[in-house]
Amino acid sequence: MMNGSTIVFYLLALQTLGGGLLSVTTRQIFRAAIYLLFSLIGIAGIYFWLQYQFIAAVQIVVYVGGIVVLIIFSIFLTQQTGELLPKQRLGRKVFSALAVFCGFALTIVQIVQHKFTQANSDLSPVTVADIGKSMLGTNDGGYALPFEVVSMLLLAALVGCIVIALRSKPETT
Amino acid sequence: MMQPGLYHILFISTALFFMGVYGFFTRRNLVTMLMSLELVLNSVNLNFIAFNKYVWPGKMDGLFFALFIIAIAAAEAAVAIAIIINLYRNHKSIDVNDAEDLKY
Repeated sequence: MMNGSTIVFYLLALQTLGGGLLSVTTRQIFRAAIYLLFSLIGIAGIYFWLQYQFIAAVQIVVYVGGIVVLIIFSIFLTQQTGELLPKQRLGRKVFSALAVFCGFALTIVQIVQHKFTQANSDLSPVTVADIGKSMLGTNDGGYALPFEVVSMLLLAALVGCIVIALRSKPETT
Repeated sequence: MMQPGLYHILFISTALFFMGVYGFFTRRNLVTMLMSLELVLNSVNLNFIAFNKYVWPGKMDGLFFALFIIAIAAAEAAVAIAIIINLYRNHKSIDVNDAEDLKY
């Protein structure tokens, strides 16, 4: 039976996997970034399909709005326009594909053989209020400590980026 | 065509993970390697959300793991791009074969 939800899921899966595959195989670096963008939007769509609206919104804001834009800026800063990426040796491509295919097949076999005890997933979806209460809660099931640690990490990353990317002053004496 | 469930999402995330690994093996440009890394991180997030939805629907632990992974991935991408731009400034190239200063 094909209903609308199933069709939407398969379209999102196609967009995600197609975008990912084109992103790692195309030889034009700017197109690779755009295909990555499509793949990330497809993943956000799968989160919407699973009714995790908050994480889907975070995915779009952080990945699509932040990381891909950062990657595109760094492409503009470091690449000559219209230049293709150099061709890789055929042997490296073949052996990479072989290794990746073996790993993929092994993992899929493991997943199919394992029987997950699935619970009834028709509970009401988590609301943003639940997420907020749990994220800043200090009792059992609260995530206040990781939240603070991540804020420290973001501060350290901010300072580190400035220090690394700072242009050292030319000697003017 | 079946009703999509946990196994379909696990298939998508496995395929996405190994696409990222393939890109990491074959690419020699630091920016494209970073893109492959983002694919890998996203497949892990998809796994966490799928298990949260289908195996423990009453809890929110998978969701919080995914949220913190997204935050850490953002910090990691920012630091990586700072390093890449600094490398380009010194070497005029971001190919990994040219970045071998630490070797000697």
